[in-house]
Amino acid sequence: MKLSENWLRTFANPDISRDELAHRLTMCGIEVEAIEPVAPPFDKVVVAQVLSVEKHPDADRLNVCRVDAGLPEPLQIVCGAPNVFAGAIVPCALEGATLPAINIRAAKVRGVMSYGMLCSGKELGIESDIDGLLILPQDAPVGADFRNYWDLEDHVFDLKLTPNRADCLSILGVAREISAMTGTPVVRPQLSPVEADCSDALEIAVESPKSCPLYLGRVVKGVDLSIPTPQWMQRRLARCGIRPRNIAVDVTNYVMLELGQPMHAYDLAKIGDMIVVRFANEGENILLLNGEEIALSRKQLLIANRSGPIALAGIMGGEGSSVTDATCDIFLEAAFFDPSTMAKARVPNLSTDASYRFERGVDFGTTESAMDYATRLILSACGGKAGPIAQFKAKLPARDPIDLRLSRAKRILGIDLSPDAASSLLQRLGYEFSLKDEVFSVVPPSCRFDIRIEEDLVEEIARIYGYDKLEGVRPSAAMSMLAAAESSREVSELRKLMVAKGYFEAISYAFVDAAWEADFCANPDPILLRNPIASQMGAMRGSLIGGLVDALAFNLNRKQSRVRMFETGACFFKRDAAYEQREMLAGLCYGSAQPEQWGEAARNVDFFDVKSDVEALFSPLAPEFEPCAHPALHPGRSAGVILEGKRVGVVGELHPKWVQKYDLPKAPVLFEIELEALLKRQVPAFSEISKFPPVKRDIAIVVDEKISARSILEVCRSMQASAKVELFDLYRGQGVESGKKSLAFRITIQDTQKTLLDAEVDVMISQLIEALEKRFDSKLRI
Amino acid sequence: MQNLDILIEQALSELNRTSDPVELEQVKARYLGKGGAITELLKGLGKLDPDARKAAGAAINRAKDAVESSLAERREAIQAAILEKQLAEEALDVTLPGRGQETGGIHPVTRTLERVQAIFHSIGFSSVSGPEIETDFFNFTALNIPEDHPARAMHDTFYVDAEHLLRTHTSPIQIHYMLENAPPVKIIAPGRVYRVDSDATHSPMFHQIEGLWVDEEVNFTHLKGVVSDFLQRFFEREQLKVRFRPSFFPFTEPSAEIDMGCVFCDGDGCRVCSHTGWLEVGGCGMVHPNVLKHVGWDSEKHLGFAFGMGLDRLAMLKYGVNDLRLFFSNDLRFLKQFN
Repeated sequence: MKLSENWLRTFANPDISRDELAHRLTMCGIEVEAIEPVAPPFDKVVVAQVLSVEKHPDADRLNVCRVDAGLPEPLQIVCGAPNVFAGAIVPCALEGATLPAINIRAAKVRGVMSYGMLCSGKELGIESDIDGLLILPQDAPVGADFRNYWDLEDHVFDLKLTPNRADCLSILGVAREISAMTGTPVVRPQLSPVEADCSDALEIAVESPKSCPLYLGRVVKGVDLSIPTPQWMQRRLARCGIRPRNIAVDVTNYVMLELGQPMHAYDLAKIGDMIVVRFANEGENILLLNGEEIALSRKQLLIANRSGPIALAGIMGGEGSSVTDATCDIFLEAAFFDPSTMAKARVPNLSTDASYRFERGVDFGTTESAMDYATRLILSACGGKAGPIAQFKAKLPARDPIDLRLSRAKRILGIDLSPDAASSLLQRLGYEFSLKDEVFSVVPPSCRFDIRIEEDLVEEIARIYGYDKLEGVRPSAAMSMLAAAESSREVSELRKLMVAKGYFEAISYAFVDAAWEADFCANPDPILLRNPIASQMGAMRGSLIGGLVDALAFNLNRKQSRVRMFETGACFFKRDAAYEQREMLAGLCYGSAQPEQWGEAARNVDFFDVKSDVEALFSPLAPEFEPCAHPALHPGRSAGVILEGKRVGVVGELHPKWVQKYDLPKAPVLFEIELEALLKRQVPAFSEISKFPPVKRDIAIVVDEKISARSILEVCRSMQASAKVELFDLYRGQGVESGKKSLAFRITIQDTQKTLLDAEVDVMISQLIEALEKRFDSKLRI
Repeated sequence: MQNLDILIEQALSELNRTSDPVELEQVKARYLGKGGAITELLKGLGKLDPDARKAAGAAINRAKDAVESSLAERREAIQAAILEKQLAEEALDVTLPGRGQETGGIHPVTRTLERVQAIFHSIGFSSVSGPEIETDFFNFTALNIPEDHPARAMHDTFYVDAEHLLRTHTSPIQIHYMLENAPPVKIIAPGRVYRVDSDATHSPMFHQIEGLWVDEEVNFTHLKGVVSDFLQRFFEREQLKVRFRPSFFPFTEPSAEIDMGCVFCDGDGCRVCSHTGWLEVGGCGMVHPNVLKHVGWDSEKHLGFAFGMGLDRLAMLKYGVNDLRLFFSNDLRFLKQFN
């Protein structure tokens, strides 16, 4: 909210600088986000009257003016503005003046001397969009300093208010805060009742007293709305960000800014003799002042007449009942609409100054004075006769006393506070209260909708006491140790492992393109957001693979040729009516297996490189890998990762379809594993170290291509006393029949009870060879 | 014995001339081997009379010792020379780059998260987490944000269905944790959060960390102490100024906005702090009694404080990152700056 400092200081004017005032407001919870001067610096600009206007002898578009600038002699000034006329009162920059864009000197303009410049608002930096001279009112004092006359030594405070502080959505409200902080009293405008000059009044019927417990209406007859709004009022409105319209609308806005009470002015001739406040019926429409026609629902509170809606209560007036320059009788409305009704009645994308205030709570204690104040302003600006206030009044929000125990305040805030000190804080806030046995009974004022419980009052006290004065204290507490189970580990350990293996951590959006879900998860029915920020960010991811493939494409487009990335994060799945969220760890490798380096032949990363990284993640647990079908992966080059009989992840090359679709030059190798499986850790258990020497034997067998290495390894490992079996060679080609492969194993045999004799080992190995032959039809390769 | 002297001189000269280990052994054989010259002399002693034998024997043995010690010396010198040569031949250009895998890097936000966690763990906070698709109850209602509360307008929420939404803050984790545990609690809860907002300073997904301490005598000055202490440790500035400003959050009362002295200009005013000298880093306050009521705890007995900060913001301030969107770009040129 923007507020003029000068206007604010007419209500509360403490003897402190602008910056100090802004700081104090910020520190009491009314954040001043910015302070802007209303005009840039300039000088030697005075109010002047154009005495005569003559055509420039040598230029069609220029005029030569004689100007009374309050100096002993009139000045000759050449002026190019089309709206100059004899008698106009305008700002005039004198010789030697410094304006935002130019310095004024006496100079010849097309051969005619000019001793100054008549100014537009744009040239003075006070209006951005209006060309032509700034025409001042006829009563402007010629010769006066223009900055003073136009009140330009003013600044606009831009306030960032929290939603609870509806009471500060006005000059009066902010002034109350200043008063509470500084002790400076609040000076209010004259708000005495207006005597009725005529008896005209509308009948007011409120069908929903709960939603509208207070409604005041007044007829003002015979007003002249063609009279322009006084400049001072226009200026104040403009500085607070409200564009002046006509006197009736401007006055209601002015009163709202000053007192916080939104008001509305209707054209009496257009509404008839009765006002009904009711909820809308289905099927009703209203054309609003902004030109939009909206369909109404039963949630919307209306101001209606006998024939239909004339305004959306507390939000915006209807086009059909609006005032114009030709309006001569008006109906003024000031009401209190219930905040929760207003919140429910919200129209999407339609937040007005009025609805913003009503939703948060308007001070119902000010409604009547606002009506009188607005009436007074209208009468004095454009004449007319005021009727009596017609009023509907029901049960207004209660302001029940709240108990504030001093002991509770001290306990929450951690400070010592005497009853006197607390009383003085409450007094400064303007609360009514009584004190008994260190318990205050406090009645919050009608402007405060956010003071409901004891803690709210504790905050009020703390705010005025000053958060700055509350010292930070290091707490003392009973210490208990945090010990994580050894059978689990932190994700950070896994991240470190990935980093050691050359992977960079990625963080992708959790909402993805629904196409990714179809492609990478074969999920035609992903979890969709109702209001995505963009259509390609509309589905909750069921896999981290899409994000990594996307990151790969992004980086390849930026000339990165080798990409290794990993990500941890939640993936989302529908489970009946609920949503399951599983943390995953995924990785992607693309390009050469090793960074480019000397002395090593460059080679593309393959399945087995990445499989080894996956094995390292699990180590010392050893998951099994078995062929699997996964929508994202190449069916012949992917494996399910099986731990304790359960598939906990996959590893494999990206499916060639997706390599093509996502425009990748080569296939990346990917893996994705459930984090939970990786966080399990074996707690080591000691086993006896054999005192007897191990024996190593190598065997090579030729088997059919179809036989998996794992099945052979299983047989080898099952042999008696085999301590370790390693596959150290895979060979196809010369010497091995086509369709077959040769696998070489190194078998380490060790007995814990005795030294094995060569003969015993020979027997064991030949038994193994026999078993392999029998099972796989293998041949020993010699 | 003149011959003997000549013989020794000859042997020593031959030894010294040799630089090859095989040749050296041949020289040794010529003098000291089975049929070597000195061996032959010793064998000839038997023919002499005892007196002469004694004197000649002594002379020959001296000669033998002299040759042997010279041999040993020479052998060592030759070995040393060979080793020297080998070492010279084997020398590498040690300035060639090392081979093997490079190391990767942790994302700057995670790096920040781990550091924040370590700091809070050091005073006994434990880390907990919660779901990202939340129910309306946990994200709003239980946090004292009723249906038509204007505060809901502050959270531009992504909805999944009528009841489910993407959590707009990490505060619902507090509720889950309090429902499942008994007081006292002392936790931090980091996580991803989502809001319908996207520009240079807002991302539709970002990271927060939430802290909650509920016990019997936890007060506002403790909150201020813990938060100030944390910021001073995190930014490694003992003198870092921290101020609390009154603010509003439905789930805390009293509430405060946390500002710290600008780390770029030391409070003098710069572009980053909009010339105020202060940076907003989070919100905090004393847990609202209604929140405790929602989890069935007695707000008369228990008091607590809660705070929340943006991890991305902390990371930006710590590493001088000027565009939030970089964190979610997965651009290796950016990520490689954090290995």
